[in-house]
Amino acid sequence: MTSRSVQEFFEGVKSSAPVVIASAPFGILFGVVAVQNGLSIGEAALMSATVFAGASQLVGLELFGQSIPAWIVVLSIFAVNFRHVLYSAALSRHVMHWTPVKRAMGFFFLTDPQFGEAERRSNGEGKGLTFSWYLGMALPIYVFWTAEGAVGAAFGNLIPDPHKIGLDFLLPIYFLGLVMDFRDRPLWLPIVAMSSVASVIAYNTVGSPWHVSIGAIAGVLLAAAIVPVRKGVSQ
Amino acid sequence: MTATFWIIIAGAVVTYLTRVGGHLVLSRFERIHPRVEAGLNAVPAAVLTTLVAPAATTGGVAEWAALAVAGFVALRGNLIVMVASGAAVLILLRNTL
Repeated sequence: MTSRSVQEFFEGVKSSAPVVIASAPFGILFGVVAVQNGLSIGEAALMSATVFAGASQLVGLELFGQSIPAWIVVLSIFAVNFRHVLYSAALSRHVMHWTPVKRAMGFFFLTDPQFGEAERRSNGEGKGLTFSWYLGMALPIYVFWTAEGAVGAAFGNLIPDPHKIGLDFLLPIYFLGLVMDFRDRPLWLPIVAMSSVASVIAYNTVGSPWHVSIGAIAGVLLAAAIVPVRKGVSQ
Repeated sequence: MTATFWIIIAGAVVTYLTRVGGHLVLSRFERIHPRVEAGLNAVPAAVLTTLVAPAATTGGVAEWAALAVAGFVALRGNLIVMVASGAAVLILLRNTL
Protein backbone atom coordinates (compact mmCIF):
# COMPACT_ATOMS: atom_id res chain seq x y z
CA MET A 1 0.00 0.00 0.00
CA THR A 2 1.22 3.48 -0.78
CA SER A 3 1.18 6.14 1.94
CA ARG A 4 -1.73 7.77 0.11
CA SER A 5 -3.87 4.64 0.35
CA VAL A 6 -2.89 4.18 3.99
CA GLN A 7 -4.12 7.71 4.64
CA GLU A 8 -7.32 6.99 2.71
CA PHE A 9 -7.83 3.77 4.71
CA PHE A 10 -7.62 5.62 8.02
CA GLU A 11 -9.96 8.34 6.81
CA GLY A 12 -12.39 5.49 6.15
CA VAL A 13 -11.82 4.15 9.67
CA LYS A 14 -12.68 7.62 10.96
CA SER A 15 -15.94 7.64 8.99
CA SER A 16 -16.85 4.29 10.54
CA ALA A 17 -16.72 5.57 14.14
CA PRO A 18 -20.25 7.02 14.45
CA VAL A 19 -21.66 3.95 12.69
CA VAL A 20 -19.85 1.53 14.99
CA ILE A 21 -21.26 3.43 18.00
CA ALA A 22 -24.82 3.83 16.68
CA SER A 23 -25.15 0.25 15.45
CA ALA A 24 -23.60 -1.45 18.51
CA PRO A 25 -26.91 -1.79 20.41
CA PHE A 26 -28.45 -3.49 17.38
CA GLY A 27 -25.51 -5.83 16.89
CA ILE A 28 -25.84 -6.96 20.50
CA LEU A 29 -29.64 -6.99 20.40
CA PHE A 30 -29.47 -9.33 17.43
CA GLY A 31 -27.34 -11.81 19.41
CA VAL A 32 -29.72 -11.64 22.38
CA VAL A 33 -32.80 -12.28 20.25
CA ALA A 34 -30.98 -14.99 18.29
CA VAL A 35 -30.39 -17.24 21.31
CA GLN A 36 -33.93 -16.56 22.53
CA ASN A 37 -35.10 -17.93 19.17
CA GLY A 38 -33.04 -21.08 19.47
CA LEU A 39 -29.87 -20.21 17.54
CA SER A 40 -26.50 -21.21 18.95
CA ILE A 41 -23.80 -18.59 19.61
CA GLY A 42 -21.98 -19.83 16.52
CA GLU A 43 -25.09 -19.55 14.33
CA ALA A 44 -25.76 -16.01 15.60
CA ALA A 45 -22.20 -14.97 14.74
CA LEU A 46 -22.42 -16.76 11.37
CA MET A 47 -25.59 -14.88 10.47
CA SER A 48 -24.06 -11.50 11.39
CA ALA A 49 -20.90 -12.36 9.44
CA THR A 50 -22.60 -13.61 6.27
CA VAL A 51 -25.88 -11.67 5.99
CA PHE A 52 -24.47 -8.47 7.58
CA ALA A 53 -27.76 -6.54 7.42
CA GLY A 54 -29.39 -5.84 10.78
CA ALA A 55 -33.08 -5.41 10.03
CA SER A 56 -33.25 -8.48 7.80
CA GLN A 57 -31.41 -10.57 10.39
CA LEU A 58 -34.02 -9.70 13.02
CA VAL A 59 -36.86 -10.45 10.61
CA GLY A 60 -35.24 -13.80 9.81
CA LEU A 61 -35.03 -14.65 13.51
CA GLU A 62 -38.65 -13.85 14.05
CA LEU A 63 -39.61 -16.42 11.42
CA PHE A 64 -37.11 -19.11 12.48
CA GLY A 65 -39.06 -19.91 15.63
CA GLN A 66 -42.34 -20.53 13.82
CA SER A 67 -43.15 -23.44 11.57
CA ILE A 68 -42.69 -21.44 8.38
CA PRO A 69 -41.22 -22.95 5.19
CA ALA A 70 -37.55 -22.11 4.72
CA TRP A 71 -38.11 -20.40 1.38
CA ILE A 72 -40.48 -17.88 2.98
CA VAL A 73 -37.83 -17.00 5.56
CA VAL A 74 -35.31 -16.47 2.77
CA LEU A 75 -37.83 -14.46 0.71
CA SER A 76 -38.53 -12.20 3.70
CA ILE A 77 -34.80 -11.53 4.14
CA PHE A 78 -34.67 -10.68 0.44
CA ALA A 79 -37.64 -8.30 0.76
CA VAL A 80 -36.11 -6.41 3.67
CA ASN A 81 -32.82 -6.09 1.80
CA PHE A 82 -34.29 -5.13 -1.56
CA ARG A 83 -33.33 -1.46 -1.09
CA HIS A 84 -29.69 -2.48 -1.59
CA VAL A 85 -30.43 -2.94 -5.31
CA LEU A 86 -30.93 0.83 -5.51
CA TYR A 87 -27.74 1.49 -3.51
CA SER A 88 -25.84 -0.88 -5.74
CA ALA A 89 -27.05 0.78 -8.94
CA ALA A 90 -26.34 4.29 -7.64
CA LEU A 91 -22.85 3.43 -6.36
CA SER A 92 -22.05 1.55 -9.56
CA ARG A 93 -21.14 4.82 -11.29
CA HIS A 94 -18.41 5.58 -8.75
CA VAL A 95 -16.61 2.22 -8.63
CA MET A 96 -16.03 1.43 -12.31
CA HIS A 97 -12.31 2.16 -11.83
CA TRP A 98 -11.99 -0.65 -9.26
CA THR A 99 -10.92 -4.13 -10.43
CA PRO A 100 -13.76 -6.70 -10.71
CA VAL A 101 -12.47 -8.54 -7.62
CA LYS A 102 -12.48 -5.33 -5.58
CA ARG A 103 -16.00 -4.58 -6.80
CA ALA A 104 -17.23 -8.10 -5.96
CA MET A 105 -15.75 -7.68 -2.49
CA GLY A 106 -16.84 -4.08 -1.98
CA PHE A 107 -20.50 -4.70 -2.71
CA PHE A 108 -20.63 -7.33 0.05
CA PHE A 109 -20.08 -4.52 2.58
CA LEU A 110 -22.75 -2.20 1.12
CA THR A 111 -24.77 -1.33 4.24
CA ASP A 112 -26.99 1.78 4.61
CA PRO A 113 -24.31 3.97 6.23
CA GLN A 114 -21.60 2.60 3.96
CA PHE A 115 -23.65 3.68 0.96
CA GLY A 116 -24.50 7.09 2.42
CA GLU A 117 -20.90 7.95 3.22
CA ALA A 118 -19.57 6.51 -0.05
CA GLU A 119 -22.04 8.55 -2.11
CA ARG A 120 -21.14 11.68 -0.18
CA ARG A 121 -17.45 11.05 -0.73
CA SER A 122 -17.91 10.29 -4.44
CA ASN A 123 -19.60 13.57 -5.29
CA GLY A 124 -19.62 16.12 -2.55
CA GLU A 125 -15.99 16.41 -1.60
CA GLY A 126 -14.51 15.87 -5.04
CA LYS A 127 -11.90 13.37 -3.92
CA GLY A 128 -13.27 10.33 -5.72
CA LEU A 129 -14.04 7.01 -4.13
CA THR A 130 -10.99 4.83 -3.40
CA PHE A 131 -11.12 1.16 -2.45
CA SER A 132 -8.78 1.90 0.49
CA TRP A 133 -11.20 4.42 1.97
CA TYR A 134 -14.16 2.09 1.35
CA LEU A 135 -12.47 -0.84 3.08
CA GLY A 136 -11.29 1.42 5.92
CA MET A 137 -14.90 2.27 6.64
CA ALA A 138 -16.31 -1.23 6.04
CA LEU A 139 -13.92 -3.41 8.04
CA PRO A 140 -14.42 -1.89 11.54
CA ILE A 141 -18.20 -1.94 11.03
CA TYR A 142 -18.06 -5.57 9.90
CA VAL A 143 -15.72 -6.79 12.66
CA PHE A 144 -17.67 -5.05 15.43
CA TRP A 145 -21.02 -6.18 14.01
CA THR A 146 -19.98 -9.84 13.92
CA ALA A 147 -18.38 -9.68 17.38
CA GLU A 148 -21.47 -7.97 18.82
CA GLY A 149 -23.69 -10.77 17.51
CA ALA A 150 -21.55 -13.31 19.36
CA VAL A 151 -21.31 -11.17 22.53
CA GLY A 152 -25.07 -10.56 22.59
CA ALA A 153 -25.70 -14.27 22.19
CA ALA A 154 -23.25 -15.16 24.98
CA PHE A 155 -24.13 -12.47 27.53
CA GLY A 156 -27.69 -11.57 26.52
CA ASN A 157 -29.09 -11.30 29.99
CA LEU A 158 -26.71 -8.60 31.23
CA ILE A 159 -28.09 -5.77 29.05
CA PRO A 160 -29.90 -2.98 30.94
CA ASP A 161 -33.20 -1.56 29.66
CA PRO A 162 -32.19 -0.35 26.18
CA HIS A 163 -35.23 1.95 25.91
CA LYS A 164 -34.27 4.05 28.96
CA ILE A 165 -30.82 4.81 27.60
CA GLY A 166 -32.18 5.63 24.14
CA LEU A 167 -30.38 2.88 22.26
CA ASP A 168 -33.32 1.86 20.09
CA PHE A 169 -33.56 5.28 18.44
CA LEU A 170 -29.89 5.97 17.63
CA LEU A 171 -30.05 4.67 14.07
CA PRO A 172 -33.02 6.83 12.95
CA ILE A 173 -31.12 9.86 14.33
CA TYR A 174 -27.99 8.82 12.43
CA PHE A 175 -29.95 8.24 9.21
CA LEU A 176 -31.55 11.68 9.55
CA GLY A 177 -28.01 13.10 9.63
CA LEU A 178 -27.19 11.30 6.38
CA VAL A 179 -30.41 12.58 4.76
CA MET A 180 -29.44 16.14 5.77
CA ASP A 181 -26.00 15.67 4.25
CA PHE A 182 -27.54 15.37 0.80
CA ARG A 183 -29.51 18.63 1.04
CA ASP A 184 -27.37 20.31 -1.65
CA ARG A 185 -28.47 17.82 -4.30
CA PRO A 186 -31.06 18.86 -6.88
CA LEU A 187 -34.69 18.19 -5.93
CA TRP A 188 -33.69 17.20 -2.37
CA LEU A 189 -36.75 18.65 -0.63
CA PRO A 190 -39.41 17.24 -3.00
CA ILE A 191 -37.70 13.82 -2.87
CA VAL A 192 -37.56 13.79 0.93
CA ALA A 193 -41.18 14.96 1.15
CA MET A 194 -42.36 12.35 -1.36
CA SER A 195 -40.45 9.48 0.26
CA SER A 196 -41.60 10.50 3.76
CA VAL A 197 -45.27 10.59 2.82
CA ALA A 198 -45.12 7.42 0.71
CA SER A 199 -43.20 5.43 3.34
CA VAL A 200 -45.50 6.48 6.19
CA ILE A 201 -48.60 5.59 4.15
CA ALA A 202 -47.05 2.25 3.13
CA TYR A 203 -45.97 1.57 6.71
CA ASN A 204 -49.54 1.98 7.91
CA THR A 205 -51.18 0.08 5.06
CA VAL A 206 -48.95 -2.51 3.37
CA GLY A 207 -46.73 -2.76 6.44
CA SER A 208 -43.04 -3.25 7.15
CA PRO A 209 -40.61 -3.95 5.45
CA TRP A 210 -42.28 -2.92 2.19
CA HIS A 211 -42.57 0.72 3.26
CA VAL A 212 -38.82 1.09 2.62
CA SER A 213 -38.91 -0.04 -1.01
CA ILE A 214 -42.23 1.69 -1.73
CA GLY A 215 -41.16 5.00 -0.18
CA ALA A 216 -37.77 4.87 -1.89
CA ILE A 217 -39.16 4.08 -5.33
CA ALA A 218 -41.70 6.93 -4.98
CA GLY A 219 -38.87 9.42 -4.36
CA VAL A 220 -36.69 8.04 -7.15
CA LEU A 221 -39.56 8.10 -9.68
CA LEU A 222 -40.42 11.65 -8.70
CA ALA A 223 -36.84 12.76 -9.36
CA ALA A 224 -36.74 10.91 -12.70
CA ALA A 225 -40.09 12.41 -13.74
CA ILE A 226 -39.44 16.07 -12.95
CA VAL A 227 -35.79 16.42 -13.98
CA PRO A 228 -35.54 18.70 -17.01
CA VAL A 229 -34.33 16.60 -19.93
CA ARG A 230 -32.96 18.35 -23.00
CA LYS A 231 -33.06 16.26 -26.12
CA GLY A 232 -29.78 14.58 -27.00
CA VAL A 233 -27.89 16.16 -24.15
CA SER A 234 -26.60 14.03 -21.33
CA GLN A 235 -24.45 15.15 -18.45
CA MET B 1 -25.53 -29.22 8.95
CA THR B 2 -28.84 -28.08 10.41
CA ALA B 3 -31.71 -26.45 8.54
CA THR B 4 -30.93 -23.21 10.39
CA PHE B 5 -27.42 -23.20 8.94
CA TRP B 6 -28.70 -23.53 5.39
CA ILE B 7 -31.37 -20.85 5.85
CA ILE B 8 -28.65 -18.49 7.09
CA ILE B 9 -26.47 -19.26 4.07
CA ALA B 10 -29.39 -18.84 1.65
CA GLY B 11 -30.29 -15.54 3.35
CA ALA B 12 -26.68 -14.43 2.93
CA VAL B 13 -26.71 -15.32 -0.77
CA VAL B 14 -29.92 -13.40 -1.57
CA THR B 15 -28.63 -10.43 0.45
CA TYR B 16 -25.41 -10.41 -1.55
CA LEU B 17 -27.44 -10.57 -4.77
CA THR B 18 -29.32 -7.38 -3.76
CA ARG B 19 -26.00 -5.67 -3.01
CA VAL B 20 -24.35 -6.59 -6.29
CA GLY B 21 -27.48 -6.76 -8.48
CA GLY B 22 -27.96 -3.06 -9.18
CA HIS B 23 -24.33 -2.79 -10.20
CA LEU B 24 -24.51 -5.83 -12.51
CA VAL B 25 -27.53 -4.38 -14.30
CA LEU B 26 -26.20 -0.84 -14.56
CA SER B 27 -22.69 -1.79 -15.68
CA ARG B 28 -24.15 -3.30 -18.87
CA PHE B 29 -25.08 0.16 -20.13
CA GLU B 30 -22.47 2.47 -21.57
CA ARG B 31 -24.64 5.57 -21.39
CA ILE B 32 -27.09 6.39 -18.69
CA HIS B 33 -30.27 8.22 -19.59
CA PRO B 34 -30.60 11.57 -17.77
CA ARG B 35 -33.81 10.44 -16.10
CA VAL B 36 -32.10 7.29 -14.80
CA GLU B 37 -29.20 9.46 -13.66
CA ALA B 38 -31.59 11.79 -11.82
CA GLY B 39 -33.31 8.79 -10.25
CA LEU B 40 -29.98 7.35 -9.07
CA ASN B 41 -28.96 10.72 -7.63
CA ALA B 42 -32.20 10.64 -5.64
CA VAL B 43 -31.46 7.22 -4.10
CA PRO B 44 -29.65 8.35 -0.92
CA ALA B 45 -32.26 10.90 0.15
CA ALA B 46 -35.17 8.69 -0.94
CA VAL B 47 -34.09 5.45 0.78
CA LEU B 48 -32.60 6.96 3.93
CA THR B 49 -35.75 9.05 4.44
CA THR B 50 -37.86 5.89 4.60
CA LEU B 51 -35.69 4.66 7.49
CA VAL B 52 -36.48 7.82 9.48
CA ALA B 53 -40.05 8.91 8.65
CA PRO B 54 -42.09 5.93 10.00
CA ALA B 55 -39.89 5.81 13.12
CA ALA B 56 -40.58 9.51 13.64
CA THR B 57 -44.36 9.20 13.22
CA THR B 58 -44.60 6.29 15.66
CA GLY B 59 -42.46 8.11 18.26
CA GLY B 60 -43.57 10.50 20.98
CA VAL B 61 -42.41 13.91 22.22
CA ALA B 62 -38.94 12.66 23.23
CA GLU B 63 -38.32 11.17 19.78
CA TRP B 64 -39.61 14.24 17.93
CA ALA B 65 -37.50 16.58 20.06
CA ALA B 66 -34.41 14.41 19.50
CA LEU B 67 -34.91 14.43 15.72
CA ALA B 68 -35.59 18.18 15.67
CA VAL B 69 -32.44 18.99 17.64
CA ALA B 70 -30.35 16.51 15.64
CA GLY B 71 -31.71 17.89 12.37
CA PHE B 72 -30.79 21.41 13.43
CA VAL B 73 -27.30 20.39 14.57
CA ALA B 74 -26.82 18.59 11.22
CA LEU B 75 -26.93 21.99 9.50
CA ARG B 76 -23.70 22.94 11.25
CA GLY B 77 -21.92 20.09 13.04
CA ASN B 78 -20.55 16.74 11.92
CA LEU B 79 -22.32 13.38 12.28
CA ILE B 80 -20.85 12.42 15.66
CA VAL B 81 -21.86 15.75 17.26
CA MET B 82 -25.27 15.38 15.69
CA VAL B 83 -25.91 11.81 16.89
CA ALA B 84 -24.58 12.69 20.35
CA SER B 85 -26.83 15.77 20.74
CA GLY B 86 -29.89 13.89 19.48
CA ALA B 87 -29.16 11.01 21.87
CA ALA B 88 -28.65 13.41 24.80
CA VAL B 89 -32.05 15.06 24.22
CA LEU B 90 -33.69 11.65 23.83
CA ILE B 91 -32.22 10.17 27.03
CA LEU B 92 -33.00 13.31 29.02
CA LEU B 93 -36.65 13.46 27.91
CA ARG B 94 -37.29 9.71 28.19
CA ASN B 95 -36.12 9.79 31.79
CA THR B 96 -37.90 12.97 32.82
CA LEU B 97 -41.21 13.10 30.91
